[in-house]
Amino acid sequence: MTDHELQLKSFALRRAMLNLIVGAGAGHTGGGLSCMDILNVLYNRILNVSPQTFGDPHRDRYVQSKGHCVEALYAVLADRGFFPASDLATVCHYQSHYVGHPTRHIPGVEMNTGALGHGLPICIGMALAAKMDAASYRVFTLLGDGELAEGSNWEAGLAAAHYRLDNLAAILDHNTLQISGHTRDVMSNEPLDEKWRAFGWEVRSINGHDYAELTEALTAPSESGKPVFIIANTVKGKGVSFMENVAKWHHGVPSDAELKQALAELDASEAALKEAK
Amino acid sequence: MRKTSLDMVQEMALRDPRILFIGSDLGPDTLKELKVQRPKQFLMEGVSEANIVSMAAGMAMEGWIPYINTIATFLTRRCFEQIVLDLGLHKTKVRLIASGGGLVYAPLGPTHLAIDDIAILRTVPNMTILAPCDADEMRRLMLLTPDVDGPVYIRLGKGGDPVVSRAEPACEIGKAILLREPGDALIVTTGVCLQVALAAAAELGKAGISAGVLHCHTLKPLDADAILKHAAPVVVTIEEHILIGGLGGAVAEILLGAGRAPRFARIGIPDAFADQYGSQASLMARYSITSENLAATVTRLLNQTHK
Ligand SMILES: Cc1ncc(C[n+]2csc(CCOP(=O)(O)OP(=O)(O)O)c2C)c(N)n1
Repeated sequence: MTDHELQLKSFALRRAMLNLIVGAGAGHTGGGLSCMDILNVLYNRILNVSPQTFGDPHRDRYVQSKGHCVEALYAVLADRGFFPASDLATVCHYQSHYVGHPTRHIPGVEMNTGALGHGLPICIGMALAAKMDAASYRVFTLLGDGELAEGSNWEAGLAAAHYRLDNLAAILDHNTLQISGHTRDVMSNEPLDEKWRAFGWEVRSINGHDYAELTEALTAPSESGKPVFIIANTVKGKGVSFMENVAKWHHGVPSDAELKQALAELDASEAALKEAK
Repeated sequence: MRKTSLDMVQEMALRDPRILFIGSDLGPDTLKELKVQRPKQFLMEGVSEANIVSMAAGMAMEGWIPYINTIATFLTRRCFEQIVLDLGLHKTKVRLIASGGGLVYAPLGPTHLAIDDIAILRTVPNMTILAPCDADEMRRLMLLTPDVDGPVYIRLGKGGDPVVSRAEPACEIGKAILLREPGDALIVTTGVCLQVALAAAAELGKAGISAGVLHCHTLKPLDADAILKHAAPVVVTIEEHILIGGLGGAVAEILLGAGRAPRFARIGIPDAFADQYGSQASLMARYSITSENLAATVTRLLNQTHK
């Protein structure tokens, strides 16, 4: 798929995510929209996973550490055919396996997450196992910038460099917001590039909504022996004007009128992009 | 209940300069009044529960009384060693306000289901564990918390739970409340399951069975005297918690330890991860934590006694 085709797909994914959140009556809207382009590129261009090959030991591993944004993952996995899109209407309903964080009941989900600060350490283990087993798969995780306050991430940061895990990429959804507001006000963590570089990682700072930059950052081999830390600069709520950069949309669920407006905005942006071709 | 407990922290902190609120990324609207009026008594930390608990212990060593609030699972499992060593061992006056005790966060799945918190914390020496049944009782208990020696864990229900507690007798930490006199049977309960227990006792009453209801808002120290005093030929416990290490187990230990062996059953969550989610109410029904099952269990045990 070309960048243009992938970008067009991103509108359908965002719509699917918003619809499923409204159907569930709960969900993480802002952070889902901020990481949607990252997931779109990962699943449609980078990861060698598919519904047919998900059991293959050589598949790439993706663990979504910021598990609360499962709604974005559900939308992408449904689009990739891991399960029928009609399942999305059951999220958070009784007797549905689709719950508000990733679980391994769901085809395509590698690990249960939702308690922040587990994904990166788990990925250290998977990447280390690949080294020990001389396997060629790559390992990816997606972190939130608020999540980085958990100390386990920094313990893992040491370990990844220590074990020279160049088969590992940690992607930071750097939308600069968490539940309580700006990460810099809650618990400042900058300069992140210098910190992760000092920990022994190769750091790549990119625009997390730019398909060419995402693709390059996720494919280019790293300096020998170094894990890659990708700072994907994103906008929380990306794609819906009234949700962009507004903290309360972290777990805000749109009303019917808000959903209508959001879908209309996405339709209009999609039409404009088609036009631009 | 959550709102009441946090409002109480604010109210108490405005009166007592040693009281301090610490949140873990709870949202911009949390305790705004305190934040503006007494910024020194309001901290909103990042997502870093282990650091927060030890930090609170450090402040408590210096004479502060920190009240920490975040989601129950992260406030118990995530920082357990910090709780044992920095709170329990040092008897620090840190208060843990745990949002979403039990099955409240059913739609969020296993990471957020706080079904083992009581078992976890019962193992910590010097810990006080509170599980109020409604907002009114929360208010009464919160007022007592600044004076408790050592750490206190406060389990919150969903919020908007029907008020079933009464102002009399006055709340005392460590003292269970008898809401209905036992005759044939005694139901022992805690937290919001009190509603379920009262409903079951009323149903049983209609069938001519007198079931008492003993509400243990304090799970540690558990009121052994009251349990032994009111134990009837049939004792049934009910709780929104796993059967391992919860109220039911503790009551059984007390009864057997005193040489008492009534017909006994526990109602609670089995030893397995949830395989269904939905809402708190749907999971309560799935685990038969219902007044119907409670009444049926009491009746079944009574019939056995009569055999
Ligand atoms: C251990 C743990 N503590 C607290 C939470 C509750 N929580 C869910 S999302 C979140 C904020 C995360 O912010 P960030 O990582 O920046 O996510 P994003 O903005 O990308 O959605 C918090 C505190 C959790 N899921 N896990």
